[in-house]
Amino acid sequence: MDEIFGIPAPLLFGQLLLGLINGAFYAMLSLGLAVIFGLLNIINFTHGAQFMMGAFAAWMLLEWAGLGYWWALLLAPIIVGATGVITERLMIRRLYKLDHLYGLLLTFGIGLIIEGIFRNEFGSSGLPYRIPPQLQGSWDLGFMFLPIYRGWVVIFALFACLATWLVIEKTRLGAYLRAATENATLVQAFGVNVPRMITLTYGAGVGLAALAGVLAAPIYSVNPQMGSNLIIVVFAVVVIGGMGSILGSVLTGFGLGIVEGLTKVFWPEASATVIFVIMAIVLLARPAGLFGRG
Amino acid sequence: MTDLSRRTLLAAGTAAAATGALPISRARAQAANTIKIGVLNDQSGLYRDLSGPGSTACVRQAVQELGALGFNVEVIQADHQNRPDVGSNIARQWLDRDGVDLIIDVPTSSVALAVAGVVREKNKAYINSTGASSDLTGSQCSPNTVHWTYDTWMLANGTGGAMVRAGGDTWFFITADYAFGHALERDTTGFIRANGGRVLGSVRTPFPGTTDFSSFLVQAQASRAKVIGLANAGGDTINCIKQAAEFGITRRGVKLAGLLVFITDVHSLGLQTAQGLSLTESFYWDLNDRTRALTTRVRPNMPANAPPTMAQAGCYAGALHYLKAVKEMGVAAAKADGAATIARMKAMPTNDDAFGEGTIRPDGRKIHPVYLFEVKAPGESRGPWDYYKVVQTVPADQAFRPLAEGGCALVRG
Repeated sequence: MDEIFGIPAPLLFGQLLLGLINGAFYAMLSLGLAVIFGLLNIINFTHGAQFMMGAFAAWMLLEWAGLGYWWALLLAPIIVGATGVITERLMIRRLYKLDHLYGLLLTFGIGLIIEGIFRNEFGSSGLPYRIPPQLQGSWDLGFMFLPIYRGWVVIFALFACLATWLVIEKTRLGAYLRAATENATLVQAFGVNVPRMITLTYGAGVGLAALAGVLAAPIYSVNPQMGSNLIIVVFAVVVIGGMGSILGSVLTGFGLGIVEGLTKVFWPEASATVIFVIMAIVLLARPAGLFGRG
Repeated sequence: MTDLSRRTLLAAGTAAAATGALPISRARAQAANTIKIGVLNDQSGLYRDLSGPGSTACVRQAVQELGALGFNVEVIQADHQNRPDVGSNIARQWLDRDGVDLIIDVPTSSVALAVAGVVREKNKAYINSTGASSDLTGSQCSPNTVHWTYDTWMLANGTGGAMVRAGGDTWFFITADYAFGHALERDTTGFIRANGGRVLGSVRTPFPGTTDFSSFLVQAQASRAKVIGLANAGGDTINCIKQAAEFGITRRGVKLAGLLVFITDVHSLGLQTAQGLSLTESFYWDLNDRTRALTTRVRPNMPANAPPTMAQAGCYAGALHYLKAVKEMGVAAAKADGAATIARMKAMPTNDDAFGEGTIRPDGRKIHPVYLFEVKAPGESRGPWDYYKVVQTVPADQAFRPLAEGGCALVRG
């Protein structure tokens, strides 16, 4: 059997693939963060809680309304996105003129409150959510058994990232958004309703987090702290990619997933730390991030 | 402001000061006649459901059942966030400033060991129910500690021993990278070797903060071990079992050994995923008439009306026994000397609805029977929380590490 650095090659390929799958979650979450930061200038620390709400929405749709995974994939982002719209209208809107720090504190606080409410209501040990029957089973890739569901996650996440990128870079709506980022007053002078656009952008960013939550529900324990475990890593991803850079956050998301996967083979104890080490190095060498416009 | 109203205000102020002073002196007198119990555990993280507010409810249940003791009992709680620094700070503040006499519960072995040190330094009493490390009654035993419910040696002996005897002689460990995981892996390894088995490898996973275990599960599978030992707890174990099912690892004949599984974990996994899992516990709500009676009494006060876990039941039984000892020796003596209170507890046989009759050994280890359970299939379960069937009962004298083997200084001395 071929070996690479003392690790059998098939095992290594398997780990690369698993890293890519985790990277898909990082990419989707950091994409939402990047979109929100790019247009609203808000560092959305509620993102982890919104990811968790997506997973819970899927569970609630199943338990209370009898709607399965596929409906959840459609409805959960809309429902959670709507709560995002309300939050933006009522609270976040008031902070656009202030320093980043205020937005960070507000969204962090909202996140803690949401988490606390869910913990009181549902406890901390989590709720069961099964893989949809169409995606059960696994493929034999020769070097490992890949559950069909994980393959689906990667493909779906790539699709969602690509769609978001296309909307922002290639459509008229995206052009408005980018223009409003540069100079909101001028765009408003052309008759575009900028405040509404910003509200909907926040809703869409939150919807992306919820979508990732629905994807995560069948493979991770659906519990109130599932978001806070991920969110710190995802912030590191955004910082490494460059705050506000859409393409950067997607590429770094997948890339760091792979790096983390490899660390889990060579030095498992450090797998929770490696991303932050990379973050520190990147910040020293390129303070604006790998893809940021410094 | 008129003269009149100012005078009225002054009079009112004096009256308030006078009435205010009374409760203060009364409070002092009361404090001397009050036993204060601090429930220290995880109120916000992954161990909240298996200990958390439910443990406090169980301690309050014990207080209520004892009725008039001749002294007051006050129960307070705090969140140690699974961090040793936070836990020992709260313990210090409780013992130094707030007059706490007994600290109880304390999940997360790293915190449990740190708090044991603080309690010993202040000579107060400590009943650990949810911490797992067998070092609490071994190399780090203390005259101020009783370790009530379970420990890593007992879990390793129960689940580990049973699996090796059933033919699972090669193991790979997925271990939470902190005191508890290390102790559990070490104790289980001892049983595997003693029974002629081999450990093919292990992987240490960062705690807390690991959500995806697939990478570790694939490594475990690649080792071709017959058994994957999960030396972790709570959300980590749930994610491992869930993802092992997803990757079809159990379908290909590899067995999972959940070395520490609580009923709340099984509830979270659902019977569909958890069925067939073997696990070791010292309490199950549906075990016998006494456990069922206790469950009926305490359940209305539990979060989400859940039956107590073994950890929470340990808080009930521990508090009950502690208060009986305080009653016998008197409040003043108990408040003055924690080690003497613990010594009195060791001298008295225990008897409660959760664990039946038992004793506390000189090293602080509480002794009672232990049960090897198997999780029922969905079709076998008759209702909510009907999850376990008893496979084997380990008698009290065989369930825990022999007194001489723990290396506890209290025993040698």
